[in-house]
Amino acid sequence: MFIRIFIQIGAAIAAICLFASSGFAQTAAKPTDPQIAHIAYTAGQIDIQAAQLALKKSKNKDVRAFASDMVRDHTAVNQKALALAKKLNVKPEENDTSRQLSKQASDKRAEFSKLNGSAFDKAYIDNEVAYHKTVNGALQNTLIPSASNQELKDLLTTGLKIFQGHQQHAEQVASEFK
Amino acid sequence: MRRPNPRLSFGALSVLVSFAVVMARPVRAEVIHVTMEQIAYMPAQISAYVGDTVEWDNKDIVAHTATARDNSWDVMIAPNSKNSIVLKSAGTVAYYCRFHPNMVGQITVKARE
Repeated sequence: MFIRIFIQIGAAIAAICLFASSGFAQTAAKPTDPQIAHIAYTAGQIDIQAAQLALKKSKNKDVRAFASDMVRDHTAVNQKALALAKKLNVKPEENDTSRQLSKQASDKRAEFSKLNGSAFDKAYIDNEVAYHKTVNGALQNTLIPSASNQELKDLLTTGLKIFQGHQQHAEQVASEFK
Repeated sequence: MRRPNPRLSFGALSVLVSFAVVMARPVRAEVIHVTMEQIAYMPAQISAYVGDTVEWDNKDIVAHTATARDNSWDVMIAPNSKNSIVLKSAGTVAYYCRFHPNMVGQITVKARE
């Protein structure tokens, strides 16, 4: 009897952890502009770091081209975000969502750095599809509607269109590995 | 007194007439402007004649390309800059941005009469 209850509690905890593992799911309260800025900036930096790993490890022409695009675009968007934060006198503020994103990303990088050749390429590009899908969903459903400053909202909206392009591009490259 | 050769003057006249016709309808290649803004080509669809130039003006914060689906041309346009191609042959060409495939456009190129 006790064992059964124990198993049930264990399963419930596992289910909660699984739900929370998407990172963005934890933002229960409406994030503030400084928090949104930090989440968006962190999400960009994570993708730059993943791309830098891909440029170090991959020999596939399309994967490398995609990774170079990610470094260039996310650097451009993040520069714009920093300039805007400065202009608005907003200090990006670390929060649970951005912390969790960073933690998950460093775990993923450790996992991917053990892979080589097409196993790495497939893992990287599949993750890029999933990652952009998650980030785009968070932008659309949480970050853009929660942003109160119009300039921040506009930059996030432009970012969303750019990242939707990345998602399509990643899907094209991923189809090579099916 | 020599009379003008009627055959010669007719020939000269027809040359003059054809010249006048050509002068009245000058074949002037045009430059068609397309803006890249908010991850979109504006206008997305354009019509042009062979010999015309299409110039893309990138007002976005990221680089874009204009890449023909049939691979006949591929132009990269950095942020806040312009780049162009001269249309060499007639036909309809669909194009897109290699970096952001959600950006699509089309050029209908007609031969000059």
